[in-house]
Parts: sequence; structure tokens; C-alpha cells
Amino acid sequence: MEEKQIIVRVEGVKKTFKMGKQHVHALRGVNLEIYTGEYLSIMGSSGSGKTTLFNMIGGLDKPTEGKVFIDEVDISQLDAYELAWLRNRKIGYIFQTFNIIPTLTALENVTLPMTFAGMHHEAATEKGLELLDLVGLGTRHQHKPLELSGGQQQRVAIARALANDPAIILADEPTGNLDQRTGEEAIELLRTLCRERGVTIITATHDYKMLNVSDRVVWVKDGRVEKVEKRDELSISLGTIGEKER
Amino acid sequence: MPEQTSRTGFFTHDERHRIGFPWSKSFDFAVQNLRNRFTRSLITMSSLILAVAFLAFILVNLNIATGLVQFGGTEFASILSEMGFDVDTALGTVTTGPKERWIVLLSLLVCTVGIINAQLMSVTERFRIIGIFKCLGALDSIILRLFLIEAAIIGVIGAAIGAAAGIAFAFINGLFNFGVAALILVSLFDVFISFLLATATGFALSIIGVLYPAILAARMEPVKALNAQH
Ligand SMILES: Nc1ncnc2c1ncn2[C@@H]1O[C@H](COP(=O)(O)OP(=O)(O)OP(=O)(O)O)[C@@H](O)[C@H]1O
Ligand SMILES: [Mg+2]
Repeated sequence: MEEKQIIVRVEGVKKTFKMGKQHVHALRGVNLEIYTGEYLSIMGSSGSGKTTLFNMIGGLDKPTEGKVFIDEVDISQLDAYELAWLRNRKIGYIFQTFNIIPTLTALENVTLPMTFAGMHHEAATEKGLELLDLVGLGTRHQHKPLELSGGQQQRVAIARALANDPAIILADEPTGNLDQRTGEEAIELLRTLCRERGVTIITATHDYKMLNVSDRVVWVKDGRVEKVEKRDELSISLGTIGEKER
Repeated sequence: MPEQTSRTGFFTHDERHRIGFPWSKSFDFAVQNLRNRFTRSLITMSSLILAVAFLAFILVNLNIATGLVQFGGTEFASILSEMGFDVDTALGTVTTGPKERWIVLLSLLVCTVGIINAQLMSVTERFRIIGIFKCLGALDSIILRLFLIEAAIIGVIGAAIGAAAGIAFAFINGLFNFGVAALILVSLFDVFISFLLATATGFALSIIGVLYPAILAARMEPVKALNAQH
């Protein structure tokens, strides 16, 4: 097997939120290595710190302690331009809460990152339409988010994440608002991107169905990594989980 | 990876990797924002219109009074003095009395606070969108620019409308108090200067009002902006 390249390295990351006198320890020292081109699922119950970890990896928030390396570069050392470039080109985000802009149409939402990247209007529109087609929203591109269902909004968010062909896609519960079928389609799409284009997929979930497509699963509990499992080890522990749930 | 010349060796600042937002796009976006939030923009603008109208009214009133004193003769001078103006017949100049000046200053101050407040609201209620922009790779300067363009558009339109309204009102007021003489004797050049002065003041207020909250918003960490309550 060829040597695996590390694309994301998380080193002793802690995050503490101060809420008045109370301190919320969302992350209590996370160490994690993510390889180029793998499909990684982060599992954990609600409030375990998945979204917080994503924000750290994506350079959207700063850790209280510890470091995040992308391509072996400490992202806390990046200047404003580099950070913007990272967010714009290197990483595609699919947020738990979609975060699409309500005043823009589906198409405008998808082309926004391309505009930041300096793409010409026609080229961006063409690519935006392609991406919306890809997520099955080709005919709805002129609609504003409020005229779309939750699942459709989620798919706009997925299309937007693909806008600048990112090397990493951070997907925070991408199927949370989708029904069984569209959910599976979305996962299949991510899976295909991973397999065919070598995109690194990092996705958070508490949906066990998403696990069998993952190369590895990271179990997070209470702000710590509990265990990391490869896919072949997975069936065993999944069996036990299945029993526990029953 | 391109050749590594940046501090961190992460990427170069070459053309292919520049982050930007063309001016034409910024302008379109600002106009679209104003249109989408039409009522909100009107409220922001109305405080500006009121302030500028008031300022223009005061200025043009003085222009009219000056015209009357210079070309209308002494009878107007005494009427104006009675109305609270400081009239200097020898020099032919008219200024507002100290009490009026104080009232004008206070009123303008109140209006300024109103404008700043309206602009502050217009930024804070869009923290979330700013957060999304930043998550997608917008530079601070892009966000700042969007708000400045918006403020400039509101500033120009609002100030021009306000100044025109203020002048019209001053003319009507002059006509009512002094008859046609007010309109004949006033120097149109002075009125034009007053118009420019009032418009420029309104424009500046609009920009100043938006500057502080916009800088604050542009500098926020993306996640903070996303989760900001307003
Ligand atoms: N901005 C914040 N201020 C204060 N506390 C926060 C903030 N963001 C997250 N937390 C806290 O940090 C912990 C982890 O939150 P996080 O959103 O990362 O969980 P999660 O694993 O994504 O949960 P879910 O599956 O429900 O999305 C929670 O206890 C939460 O209350
Ligand atoms: Mg979450």
C-alpha cells in the first residue's frame, strides 16, 4: 500500500467557551491525523464537540490551545489573504445549519465563492448550473432559499461547497435534513467525489447509515477522541452498538 | 502547490490565487441589498433625509435673510432682528442668534445619533450574512467595501432628497414671511453652495455612521459573526 499523506493534523486542540463565569469545555485536547483522499466520519452524540472541531479544522474559529495543520502548515500562522484563500479554495464547507444567504438565489449562492476566487461571470454561472444539476436542483436555480425546502436548501449548500473544487470537504451532518433517498444520494455524491477526484471528505454525523461508506470513523465523546476505527474493524463494534440500542 | 514565497509557504500571492470581488459586482450586490431590504433602507434613509433637510432649511433661511438685508433695505433688517437673527447692516451679513444656533446644533446632534443608530442596525442585523461571506473566503476589505458602497448610495440619494426638500421648505417659508422679495433677492449661487454643503454633510454622516460597525463586523471571526445575536 502506498504511503498515506497527511492533509489535516490536529494537535492537542482545546476549545473553551466562556459564558459569563461558566466555562464550557467543548474540546478537551483532540489529536487527529486525516489522510489525503480519505472519507472520514466523525461520530458523536449531540454536544460532543463535532461542530466545534470542524470550525477549528476549517479555520473558522481559533482553538484556545493547540494547533491545526493543513498540508503541514500551522493555520494560526496564516495571514488574512492566506486564510481567505484556505476558506475559499482549499476547503468546502457544508454547515449543519446550511448558512445559505437568504437574499440570493440558489445559483447566486453557489457562484459566490467562485466570484471571490476571481472567476468570470459566465464561467461561474455555467459551473453553478452544472453543480446544481449534480445535486438535482437544476430547474430551481432561480429560487430564493425561502422558496426551497430544507432538504433542497441543504443541497444548495452542498453544491456551494463544491464551487471551487476544494481539496477538503467539511460536511457537518450533511444528511440531517434529507429524507432517506436524497440523504443516500448526497452521501453517494460525496463518496464519488472522494473516490474519483481524491477529495478528502470529513463528515460529522450521528447517523449509523453513513458509517459503512467511511474509510475511518472517529468517535468523539465529551470533547475527546474516544477511538478511531478503520472500516474493517467497524462491523464488529457496530454489531455491539446495534445490540446496545436494542 | 505553486512556488512557495509567502511567510508560511502556504501559497503565493500571484494572480491565480488572488481573492477578490470586482467593483461592478460589489455595486450590483449593494444595490440588490438595498432593494431587498427596501423598507429598512427607507428607514435608514429617512433619518438622513430629515437631518439634511433641517440643515438645508437653516442654511437657505440664512441665504434668504442675507439677500433681504443686502438688497431689500432697512425695513427687512428690523423684521429679521425681531425674528431672532443677528443682523449686521453695515456689513450686510446675517447670522443666527446664539439661541437659535444652539437649537440647530442640538437638533443636528440628535439627527447624527439617529443616522449612526440606523446604520449600526443595518450592519448588526446582517452579522450572519457577513459570517457566511467570511466562511466562503471574503476578505475583510470586501465586506467593508460592500457596506461603504451601500452607505454611499443611501448617503447620496438621501442627502440630495433632504437638501432639496429643505430648500423648498425654506423658500416657501421665505415667501410666507417676506413675500416675493425673499425669492427675488436671494443669491441662487449661495443657495447652491448651501445645497452642496448640506448634501456633503449628509453623505459624510452616512459613511461615518456605517464605518465603525462595518469595520467591527469585517474583523470578526467567521464563527462569531455566524452565531452573533442581534
Ligand atoms: N459559541 C458557543 N458558546 C458557548 N458554548 C458553545 C458554543 N458553541 C458550542 N458550545 C458548546 O460546546 C459543546 C459542543 O458543541 P458542538 O456544537 O461542537 O456539538 P456537536 O457535537 O456539533 O453537537 P450536535 O450533534 O448537536 O451538532 C456544547 O456543549 C455546546 O453547548
Ligand atoms: Mg453540530
